Amino acid sequence: MNPGIMRQGSGRDRWLDVLLLVAGMLLLWQGASWALGIEVLPGPWRTLLQLQREIADPDFGKHLAETSKAFFTALLIAVLAGTSLGLILGVRRLAGDVMELILIALYSIPKISLYPIILLMFGLGLSAKIAFGVIHGIIPIVIFTMTAVRNIRPVYLRSIRTHRLTPWQGAVHVLIPATVPEIVAGLRIGFSLTLLGTLLGEMFASQRGIGHLLMLAIDRNNPPTIMALALMLFMFATVVSIGLLQWDRHLRRGTQP
Amino acid sequence: MAFMEQSLSETGVAACASAHVSVMGATKVFDMPDGAPPVNALGPVTFDLRRGEFFSVVGPSGCGKSTLLDLVAGLSSPTEGHIHFEGAEVRGQVPEGVAVVFQEDASFPWLNVFDNAAFGARRNGLPENEIRARVDHALAFMGLAGFARSYPAQLSGGMRQRVCIARAMVLRPRLMLLDEPFGALDQQTRLLMGEEMLKLWRETGSTVMLITHSIDEAVLLSDRIGTMSARPGTFIDIVETGWSRERGSETAMDPRYGALQSQIWGMLRNESLKALGLRV
Amino acid sequence: MNEAALTVPAPRRQSVALAMRRHRVVLLRCLFIIVSIAVLELASRLAWIDPVSFIPPSEMALSAWKLLLNGAYRDDMIMTLSSAAMAIVLATTTGFLFGLLLYKLPRLRRVLDPLLLSYYAVPIFVLYPMLIVLFGLNRWPLIMLGFLFAVVAMAVNTLNGLERIPTVLLRTARMLRMGRVQEVWLIKLPASLPFVFTGIKLSIVYSFIAVIGGEFLLSGTGFGYQIAFAYNNFDNQTMYGLMLLLLIFVGTINLILHAAEQRLYQRRVLREPS
Repeated sequence: MNPGIMRQGSGRDRWLDVLLLVAGMLLLWQGASWALGIEVLPGPWRTLLQLQREIADPDFGKHLAETSKAFFTALLIAVLAGTSLGLILGVRRLAGDVMELILIALYSIPKISLYPIILLMFGLGLSAKIAFGVIHGIIPIVIFTMTAVRNIRPVYLRSIRTHRLTPWQGAVHVLIPATVPEIVAGLRIGFSLTLLGTLLGEMFASQRGIGHLLMLAIDRNNPPTIMALALMLFMFATVVSIGLLQWDRHLRRGTQP
Repeated sequence: MAFMEQSLSETGVAACASAHVSVMGATKVFDMPDGAPPVNALGPVTFDLRRGEFFSVVGPSGCGKSTLLDLVAGLSSPTEGHIHFEGAEVRGQVPEGVAVVFQEDASFPWLNVFDNAAFGARRNGLPENEIRARVDHALAFMGLAGFARSYPAQLSGGMRQRVCIARAMVLRPRLMLLDEPFGALDQQTRLLMGEEMLKLWRETGSTVMLITHSIDEAVLLSDRIGTMSARPGTFIDIVETGWSRERGSETAMDPRYGALQSQIWGMLRNESLKALGLRV
Repeated sequence: MNEAALTVPAPRRQSVALAMRRHRVVLLRCLFIIVSIAVLELASRLAWIDPVSFIPPSEMALSAWKLLLNGAYRDDMIMTLSSAAMAIVLATTTGFLFGLLLYKLPRLRRVLDPLLLSYYAVPIFVLYPMLIVLFGLNRWPLIMLGFLFAVVAMAVNTLNGLERIPTVLLRTARMLRMGRVQEVWLIKLPASLPFVFTGIKLSIVYSFIAVIGGEFLLSGTGFGYQIAFAYNNFDNQTMYGLMLLLLIFVGTINLILHAAEQRLYQRRVLREPS
């Protein structure tokens, strides 16, 4: 096998790549800003300044708190309920087979179109927002967890029996380590989608929260604010996403992704 | 070792002309990314393949046997040295008249068995009725006649490998290179496949070079066996078996069979230890 | 050679058992759906949940049927469908080429990797105002929204498909001395087709999600908008009818795509020989 096929660059190479990427994106952004006009698309520097102004606004903290409450609650529910459901569907083969297609169908529905139902059931308020977030994020978590459990290699199960481990020991020392990487991959997607769902919910039907601020800015055609908030969200989502990715890679530790 | 001196002598070129394949001083060095030291994968290797012979290369894992096959096939170029096939130099381009059967299954999942076997011949622009005749013959020869319309996904690993061999056979190559083609199969299937390879070799008359890690397979099937050292691989020796062309599984009964195996293992045992990273 | 000595081992009994099992699964699935609908029906009619907020499924179906016959929403449906279709065509072609580019330029791929991974972390809707300025107050911002949402999924899956071509097939191409065009047409494309199809499937799904979602939140025409309009006007009958139509439509498309995808993978992606 040709050893030259190895792709992973060294640590230094990777930092260079990141630098290139960030520099490239900033350049592109600035270029687009010049091309379209700064009233339409503020450039990176202006956006950063606007973001400072937004954060300095006295009400901002309240909005951020509102969104955070909704988001983290939704995330908690989505993760706990999602992994539990996924584990059950993974262990119970028949249930898993039956539900798989239904889950896939649910995954592909534009969930925004289901919002009115949620609103009608939960009313306007925090619980509706949490529900929005949950319905977005829970499905991929269930699917990934279920797949992870179903794909546990039979040889691991046989190893548990040959080593005469109790069910608890088997779960802790073999099953969970074997499935965690896949589950974490699902969590990454679940995180992004829960964030998306919470924000969309706030955009559609709320008087408070970052999403609401975003919607206001869109309605009033206020590009600086739009870009500032979008930048903030983008940075938050990217940092967490990359963090989860690193954790994912660490868990896999050399096995094929 | 007489064979080496002869090839490197002034009559080297003449030796080239009469040998089917001539390898002279070939080495292969792989560059590594990120400033890691380059890997000396093979060489220097010097030997000839006589026309129509069955030649095996045996050696420990990672010694460079597959790299050698790549060089002879023209799938990669030697860092130093030369390779000649039928008098013409081989460097980075697969010459006409050569077929390779790889270690991994190379059957195309989207084609049925017939189209898989016909694939190479169709690329060469042979007329369709000629192709059909050759493919039917090859499939029958490999025991796949009833599966012409089946797809690889429906076949076992051994059958897929037979499809790959059938594809090579249809090409009517003058040189057939086999890179541990039976590696993924169980021992009993391997023995049967070995018999098939001998039949194939006798029927086509092509020169065959087989890469294998199985000593008994090499001893059973070959005219000559090249034993390779641990990486970077070079030939420790080339052993003649002296079997007749009509060899088969009963050759294992011959008293020389056991002696040859011991002789080869004697050469390879230390190399295998080295390859495993254990002290010699 | 004795064929029987080396044939595929699957005994007849195994395949019959598998078929029976599959039928059981399908049956249970239908049962689950029917029971869920029945429970919702009861819950609504018996006022376990507010029947005004959530009308019984039977009434939803009736409303949906009337809406279909009515034809009042036909223009909106066509608008949404055509916008989505445009987005799909753009996303699949651009995404495929982009994926190809990433495959050919591994350095670029490495640099863009973190971006590709966190692309879906942010609501793409925030770009909507910018798109309006760029394209005007028509349907093009929506189409671009669908395009932007779907293109990365297509590119990533194309890239994945190309990377997963078993190396041995490429070596076979070289062994057979095939030219570049032949290699691409006869080996690379067929080998990566299942994964490219997954990309196409996701493009279709995501385009619909983005277009309808965009219409719902930010537009004045289209199917998504009509659902929001009905909601805002407290016209629950119409709203639920439209939602049901959407559900059935999207669900059906997805099931068809999923079935086609499964067949492609079964036939064309080989597991390790057991």
